[in-house]
Amino acid sequence: MTELLQDKDRIFQNLYGLKDHRLDASRERGAWYGTSAMIEQGRDWIIGQVKASGLRGRGGAGFPTGLKWSFMPKEVGARPHYLVVNADESEPGSCKDRDILRHDPHLLIEGCLIASFAMQAHACYIYVRGEYIQERNRLQAAIDEAYAAGLVGKNASGTGWDFDIYMHHGAGAYICGEETALLESLEGKKGQPRLKPPFPAGAGLYGCPTTVNNVESIAVVPTILRRGVDWWTQFGRDNNKGTKVFSISGHVNKPCNIEEALSIPMKTLLEEYAGGVRGGWDNLKCVIPGGSSVPLLPKEICDTVLMDFDALREHQSGLGTAAVIVMDNSTDVIKAIARLSYFYKHESCGQCTPCREGTGWMWRVMERMVRGDAETAEIDMLLDVSKQVEGHTICALGDAAAWPIQGLIRHFRHEIEDRIDNYRAGKPVFVPVAAE
Amino acid sequence: MTMSDLRKINIDGTEYEVPAEYTLMQACEEAAGVEIPRFCYHERLSVAGNCRMCLVEWVGAPKPQASCALQVKDLRPNRDGTPANILTNSETVKKAREGVMEFLLINHPLDCPICDQAGECDLQDQAMAYGRDFSRFEENKRAVDDKFMGPLVNTIMTRCIQCTRCVRFITEVAGVEEIGMANRGEDAEITTYLEKSLTSELSGNVIDLCPVGALTSKPYAFNARPWELESVESIDVMDAVGSNIRIDSKSGQVLRILPIINEEVNEEWISDKTRFVWDGLTRQRLDKPYIRENGKLRAAGWDEALALAADKLKGGPSRIAAIAGDLMDAESMKALKDLMTSLGVRNLDCRQDGSVVGGGPRQDYLLNTTIAGLEDADAVLIIGANPRLEAPLVNARIRKGWLHGDMAVGLLGEAVDLTYNYDHLGAGSSDLTKFMKSTKGFAKTFKAAKRPVIIIGQSVLTGDNAPALLRRVGEFAKKSGVVTPGWNGFNVLHTAASRVAGLDMGFLPGEGGVGTAGIISKAEAGELDTVYLLGADEIDSDFGNAFVIYQGSHGDNGAHSADLILPGAAYTEKYGLYTNTEGRVQAANIAVPLKGDAKEDWAIIRALSAHCDRVLPYDSLDQLREKLFADHPVFAGLGHAPGAQGAEDFDPAKMGKAGDLADYNFAVSVREFYLTNPIARASKVMAECAALSDITPLVEAAE
Repeated sequence: MTELLQDKDRIFQNLYGLKDHRLDASRERGAWYGTSAMIEQGRDWIIGQVKASGLRGRGGAGFPTGLKWSFMPKEVGARPHYLVVNADESEPGSCKDRDILRHDPHLLIEGCLIASFAMQAHACYIYVRGEYIQERNRLQAAIDEAYAAGLVGKNASGTGWDFDIYMHHGAGAYICGEETALLESLEGKKGQPRLKPPFPAGAGLYGCPTTVNNVESIAVVPTILRRGVDWWTQFGRDNNKGTKVFSISGHVNKPCNIEEALSIPMKTLLEEYAGGVRGGWDNLKCVIPGGSSVPLLPKEICDTVLMDFDALREHQSGLGTAAVIVMDNSTDVIKAIARLSYFYKHESCGQCTPCREGTGWMWRVMERMVRGDAETAEIDMLLDVSKQVEGHTICALGDAAAWPIQGLIRHFRHEIEDRIDNYRAGKPVFVPVAAE
Repeated sequence: MTMSDLRKINIDGTEYEVPAEYTLMQACEEAAGVEIPRFCYHERLSVAGNCRMCLVEWVGAPKPQASCALQVKDLRPNRDGTPANILTNSETVKKAREGVMEFLLINHPLDCPICDQAGECDLQDQAMAYGRDFSRFEENKRAVDDKFMGPLVNTIMTRCIQCTRCVRFITEVAGVEEIGMANRGEDAEITTYLEKSLTSELSGNVIDLCPVGALTSKPYAFNARPWELESVESIDVMDAVGSNIRIDSKSGQVLRILPIINEEVNEEWISDKTRFVWDGLTRQRLDKPYIRENGKLRAAGWDEALALAADKLKGGPSRIAAIAGDLMDAESMKALKDLMTSLGVRNLDCRQDGSVVGGGPRQDYLLNTTIAGLEDADAVLIIGANPRLEAPLVNARIRKGWLHGDMAVGLLGEAVDLTYNYDHLGAGSSDLTKFMKSTKGFAKTFKAAKRPVIIIGQSVLTGDNAPALLRRVGEFAKKSGVVTPGWNGFNVLHTAASRVAGLDMGFLPGEGGVGTAGIISKAEAGELDTVYLLGADEIDSDFGNAFVIYQGSHGDNGAHSADLILPGAAYTEKYGLYTNTEGRVQAANIAVPLKGDAKEDWAIIRALSAHCDRVLPYDSLDQLREKLFADHPVFAGLGHAPGAQGAEDFDPAKMGKAGDLADYNFAVSVREFYLTNPIARASKVMAECAALSDITPLVEAAE
């Protein structure tokens, strides 16, 4: 039996909003404690600590955060440095940043100050998803509080470092969560991903060196520094250290956000915190372990798989944003993936060919497969088309559109075949249409 | 470029050394000679990287790379230190290209048989070369509503592959943000904002840029197939830029005009007037000699017409005058000048607008900086010109320098939208004086500039005040370092294709003779018997009772006041030399045959000389050219612009006249861009454009 994370080791003490989100209460929970002392240790120390902690980005790709920070120019040249926080949380299934923004915003703001100082940025922009109205208001109120208390602004927290922080409200496009599209949007342009290179660390916001980090990646940094790398690295396997907020949704008895140590078995996670799968573990059909864009995993793998970057990757899936979408045996999994295909078709920016043309094509074939109105050979064709999209696009949205379909075909090809056979035999499966 | 900027790269198994800032595409094409297919990439536009056709494999990288965007310096060497390996013909690359082709074609209509682009379509060609020969797409194809882009650009938007070349051209080169991509994903559509007509004078270039048949030429629609056309390379005469063009014709009729690349002149763009004027070549044509009798013109034979003309040229030379128009080739002006000189006529002028430049050294009236050289300028002062209308490609160059460099621009004259920002320094001569004295603002920038440029427009070179102004500007240029050895920033922007050639050969008033203004006033006062108009159509006078001989191609202003009409050739129907505003001599060629009984202009004058018993000493165009080169060696330097050559001899004391500069406002020389010459005025397409530009003025108030 795995040992569960104890409350004292949870960074987000107010994840559920049961306590006060404002400055005084946040301070009582530890936020803004010793911030200036950490900054006085210097930027090399901060980046060194973050590197040593092995913190991997919480936005989906899992890139080591400390390494990313170290890509910024060592000296500030003619162009200022910027920190941009990606709070455009739009991945279906993912709702962790939302709770940080509205219930523990001060951890984020403190993290922004520390990270900005470490990268010599005097300004930080937080790009909040368009649909997040309350979150925006809470965050802005927290920023105002921090300014009033002298924690940010001129001579932030008495460190001598001038630091301004701005909240920017997006307009609700999924693609603006892609870091370069986010920068375009922030600059007031149409949210379309940029070509890389140049990477943001070289030419980002307004052409200046910029680091874009996820909300959670930034918000955990102050606590890591406060409690030490040793504390942080006791959680999770090697290369997958620390705690992580999991968003569990779908066919579980108690959907929830929960901060747990990485590398927790999926079964433990679902049974201990989400009240188990609806109808018992044996009623599980499959799980999408990291938000809608990663391939699903069937029950056989879910029985034993650990929830971390490397373990899920071994099973050709990914941790993504750790948004666990659970589907029990009542699910029409083909229909479910077809719905995701529609989502990606709808959110494609239309800039590059494979994604613009491929997402629509894949969705239309998926819709036919939901009914069974297809040739068996089209399953392989669909797989091939998805491979033609994957890896050929400017940004990762093409990959995100391809992977769920690849996961479906990998693990549930027989269901698609049955559906097609039934349809051709004149026994089409009745697919109830859920309200969308 | 120093050696340290070179990097090693391995392309398809062979090692090459290429400049670090090369893109992979450049490295593959220029060093290795491998063709890389592409749709969105264009040398003169920013890199979009969106079509994904140019993907190549970087061995070891997880994904294929867009070769148009990735630079050689961004490549890491292999782990063992050997140069990065790029593959352009691997299975991965082949599959990637096939995939992109398939995606581009699934929603592209199979309407090649009714598509004007067919036969010269990038999509067709690359589908042949890189695509699969079957389709797996079973769904319905997407249809897109066509957009209105004005009278020139036809749209069939279902064919669009969203490469955004048109968007980038209109935004970056033309400088008007009027085309964009609306919506997203598979609903993305290229459109003009609010489906308004394009207002750029360069809009037709999007037709050439469009790799498919989405944007095609409206006037040319369904006229011909590209393989039926005969192509001739020639020179444009719509302005003094001398754009290099290709004239496509079928059955003796010009059907379209396209740019050809000349980096020093027009890059690969042409203005809309150059491109679409061709329908004017078949309207209002003078196809027979005409003689006015009892107020009405009647058709005549050549012998009768030439005999009459010779008769009218017999009188006293002081009572005869000749004016050459804007579209004439150097040879016919030379022939007319030789004839008139042999008759003793001194009332000659090639400046029908009354401009005062000429007579002195060449550098006093050329665009000395050269068109390409304008890109290097760091401060540009425009006096009384609207380059956007007078020479759209010169304007595009200024914009290019302004956009990519640190160029500052100041304008003295009417405040118009030039597609770049400038300091408006005022609109009159007093503002010019003020500027010359000032040491603040743009004047400070200008006087501190390393490569300053002054561009003088035709509007300030005409009228009573022009000589004094020219002298004043020349002195200022000399004093403030605009003209130094190695850099000549003194520029006259001409608007007439024939003008510089006319000035070079001295088609100007001789001793005791008068120029255009004098000819008009003398004629109206009854002091002239005969006025010979060689394609001169921009003069607002009926020349009183003088007998007017008009030689030209179109029944326009000149022909209306003529008593005798000698039908000549349009610029597409004769060989001819034209010297552009930079002093660059270029040769135009015959694309289509003459209309009716019309003859080549030099030949008309040669025949007339025989009737006058003053036989000109040349029997062929070649002999005429030999005489021209012998008399005026500058014409022999084909394709060459002198630039800063002779800048050290720049002497303002020879320019204009000293005198007080009166206080007056600068006029505008080109008000109606689309109707500046007889061919354009005969064109229905140009009339349509002119009507539209009247409704949507170029200068819009703050909204």
